[in-house]
Parts: sequence; structure tokens; C-alpha cells
Amino acid sequence: MKNRTVLPNIYLIVILCLFYLPIILVILYSFNVSRISSVWEGFTLDWYRELLRDRSMFEALRNSLILAALSSAAAGVVGTLGATGMARRRMRGGKAMEYLSTLPIMIPEIILGLVLLVFFSALGLPFGMVTLVIAHTIFCIPYVYLMVKARLAGLDKSYVEAARDLGASEMRAFYDITLPLTAPAIVSGVLLSFAMSFDDVIISVFVTGANTNTLPIKIYSQLKTGVTPKTNALCAVIFLVTVFLGGLSAWIARPRKKDINI
Amino acid sequence: MMSKKNRQSARESGASRLLVAPMYLITLFFVLGPLIYMVVLSFQQRAEVWGVENRFTIGNYLRIFEPVYMNTFIQSLKLALLSTALIVLIGYPFGYFMAKLSTKWRSRAMFALIIPFWTSSLMRLYGWIIVFRANGVLDTILMRFGLTDAPLKLLYTYPAVVTGMIYVLLPFMIYAVYASVEKMDWSLIEAARDLGASPVRAFVTVCLPLTLPGLFSGVILTFIPSMGLYFIADILGGNKIVLIGNVIQEQLMKAHDWPFAAALAIVLMLLTSLLLFLYGKITKSDSLEGLI
Repeated sequence: MKNRTVLPNIYLIVILCLFYLPIILVILYSFNVSRISSVWEGFTLDWYRELLRDRSMFEALRNSLILAALSSAAAGVVGTLGATGMARRRMRGGKAMEYLSTLPIMIPEIILGLVLLVFFSALGLPFGMVTLVIAHTIFCIPYVYLMVKARLAGLDKSYVEAARDLGASEMRAFYDITLPLTAPAIVSGVLLSFAMSFDDVIISVFVTGANTNTLPIKIYSQLKTGVTPKTNALCAVIFLVTVFLGGLSAWIARPRKKDINI
Repeated sequence: MMSKKNRQSARESGASRLLVAPMYLITLFFVLGPLIYMVVLSFQQRAEVWGVENRFTIGNYLRIFEPVYMNTFIQSLKLALLSTALIVLIGYPFGYFMAKLSTKWRSRAMFALIIPFWTSSLMRLYGWIIVFRANGVLDTILMRFGLTDAPLKLLYTYPAVVTGMIYVLLPFMIYAVYASVEKMDWSLIEAARDLGASPVRAFVTVCLPLTLPGLFSGVILTFIPSMGLYFIADILGGNKIVLIGNVIQEQLMKAHDWPFAAALAIVLMLLTSLLLFLYGKITKSDSLEGLI
């Protein structure tokens, strides 16, 4: 009888360990003295120091942060409004629009990258920050939209109706009732978008210009040309940022007991 | 004259339209627009030197049937099938066992799974480079235990690419299976067992059919991206393994034959839609299980 519970747990643990193995290795070797990462020659923080001295790295970091902030904020506004509007009444073509607006995260990334590249080029947009922000906003909207939609589906409509019956205007009901109740989903959707944008490489590679690098683009080119422990250090820093944001997003959106009443 | 209720609902409908307007406009202009443009582009011709000529042709689609590209499609499909099969074998038990954990451990396991998921896929692939490279972690371990005499040099080989695929896509399968096992009615299994079915038989005749939608959903969520994840083949396979995603990327960024790249992408998208359509037909549902 005991075997039956132990074996599955061992299986779960082994697979989970394999999930973490590459991540741990990358972080571990960022502290390695040796340039050739396979041999461990001692602990050092030199690679982090070198990372701090690298100006192009800071530029890439700045670009990544600006890009993620702008596109997740834009997606936050557009996605929230969209989900709220869609939840209020059935609109003609609403299903089709919903399908279209969530399409960017359903199709292979390479297709979205291609489609946007050729379209931006046809429009004559300058490749760089502008195209990056548009592209990232497009694939961030679905995350916010789906999260807010799920939250709205669990809400009782009578709260808004009660506010309206008591004389609150449309706007007032939205600000005072809908917005506070959906706030956790909005924040969590925006944080998830931020993490996705901060991490994206495929779409960015397609729509960026020659002079605009983001951190993932830099890592990608280093992985193809040759890595140094500095790359490890960079990965470790990005890892901390995404895990922090992702954790925050999950923590804010966590199911709470009091939700049952709302 | 309109009743008060009617007027209110008309006003609400106007307000709802206003709320969805930004999303509608952005979607129409930046999602539908580019998609239509891609279809148009795929029927145009590449200009002699640079750019696109405005002349109708189906040559781009015919070119896909050239042996070079056909082979790439077949190689991509093979790799996708192999990866998906292995992902099912590894992921189904994982999702199943996970759903059987206590509530507390279930959410812990969920959290443990989601962290690698948030992590940059580049970083995770880089970790596998460290594992696979000649005299890397794997070689060192194997040689220390005397299992092999010389480095295996697994980096830039087929198994390395398959490992990368499995590694990046496994969570999708786990979530999908987990979602459908979790909401399954366990009393049905108990009933089957009480009526004398062996554990294996109870699983095959009751549990498996009930979790099939989740399994299908997982298959689609892994099969579709595995055809487009060109950078895995790029990073772990060197230039030796060429997938359809690599061809698209190359045509786009190096050969600058955009109409042909568009045609390839459309065929890939059609394959994808076909799978989604079949999924809907088989499971009679319109949303994938365990997607978000």
C-alpha cells in the first residue's frame, strides 16, 4: 500500500528537479572564476561587476524596462476596458472579435513576428522602440483580457445594478464598483504582461531596428556567437526580476476566502 | 416613446461600445490588418533586387512542394510528433499524480512548476547547453562513474533538440492534464473498482476517456508551438537540424523573400487551425483546457 503513494511522489520530485537543473546550473556558473563554464575553479562576483561596467548592457536593460512598462500599461488599459465592455452585453461579432484579439497568443510566435514585420514595413514605420511597443502591446492584451474576463465572470452583476438603481452614473458605477472588484485581476494581468514582454525574444528579434537591443535579444545573440559567464550573470539577474514579478502577480491574484461572498 | 428600461439599456449599449472600442480598433488594425496583408503578400512576387512586385502568382505555394521544403516540413512534423509523444508519456503521469496530491501540496507543486515557466526560455536552453556540451556537466558525470570513456558531444545533435522541445513545452501538457484530472468525479473510478474492475482496467475504461479532452488540449498546446520554435533548433541543434520555423526565419531575415515566407507561414497556420478545428470536433468544446 505504501508503495502506491511513494512512487508517484518520487516521480513528481525527479521531474521537478529536472525542471530546475538548467536554471540552477546557469546561476551557479555565474559565480565561477573560470571562463570556460564546465570547470569549476572557485567563487567570484567578477562577472556581476563586469556586467555593471558594460554600457551596452545598461542600454539594453533600459530599453527592456521602458518597453515592458509601456506595453503592459497600454495592454492593462485596453484589455480591462475591452473585457468590461464585452462582459456587459452581447455584441454583434463579439465572439469573432474575442477570437481575433486573443489570437496573438494562440498562434506560433514566429508567425506573429513575421506578420507584424511585413505589416510595419508596408506602413513604413521606423523599426525600433515604436514597433516594439506596438508588437508587445498586441501580445500583452490577451493576458490582461483573459484574466479580467475570468474575474468578471465570477462577479455578481447585481452590485453594478444596485449602484445604478441607486442613481450612480455609468462612469461612477464603473469607478466605484467594477474597478475595485476587478483590481486584483488587472494588476495580475499587467504584471504577467510585464514579465512576458521583458522576456520576449522571438517577436522582438523580428520587429526591432538595427540599433535597438533588448536584454533577451542580447542574450540570444550571445548564445549564438559565444557565451561568457557574464551571460550567466545577466540571466541570473533577469531570472530574479521575472520570478519576483511573476510571484507578485500570482500573490495578488490568489484566491481569497472573502471572494466567495463577492 | 421608449420606456425607462429601454432607454437605459440603449445607453448602456453605447457605453459598452465605447469601452470595447480601443480593443476593437487595435485588433482590427494590428491583428486582422496584418493577417490580411500576409495573405495578399503570399500571392505576390519577390522583386528582382529588393522588395515585392505587385503581380499575382501562386508560385510561392508551388515552391513549398520542392523537395527541400517538403523535407523540412516532414522533418518538422516528425520532430513535433516525437516530442509530443514523449511529452504525453512524461506529462500525463505528472499531471495525474499532481491532481491526486492534497490541496496544500497541489498548490505548492503548481507554484514549483510555474517558476521555470516564467523564466526566460533562452536561459533555460542555455542551462541545457551547459549540460550537453563536450566535457560539460553530463559528460563529466558519465565519465566519472565510468559509464562512458570519451565525451558524448551531445550538443548540436537531434537528442539535444528533442530534450529542449520537451523541456520548454512539457508544462503546457501538465497543466492541461491536471485541469481535467482535477475536476474528474473520482466516485466513478470507485464505482468501477467496486464492480470488480482491476485498477488498470478502471483507469483505461473510466479515467482515460474522461481526461481525454485535457490530453488532446495538451497535445495541441505542445504540437503547434513545436513547429514554430525555431530558436530551440538554432541553439541546441546548431545548423544541422532545420525546421519549418528556421526556414521562415531565414527567408524573412536573410533571403528577404517575404512572399515565400508568408506562404510558408500561412500553410503552417492552416495546419494549426486544422488541429484546433479537429480538437473542437472531437471534444465538442470551443476552448482549450488548462490554457490560462
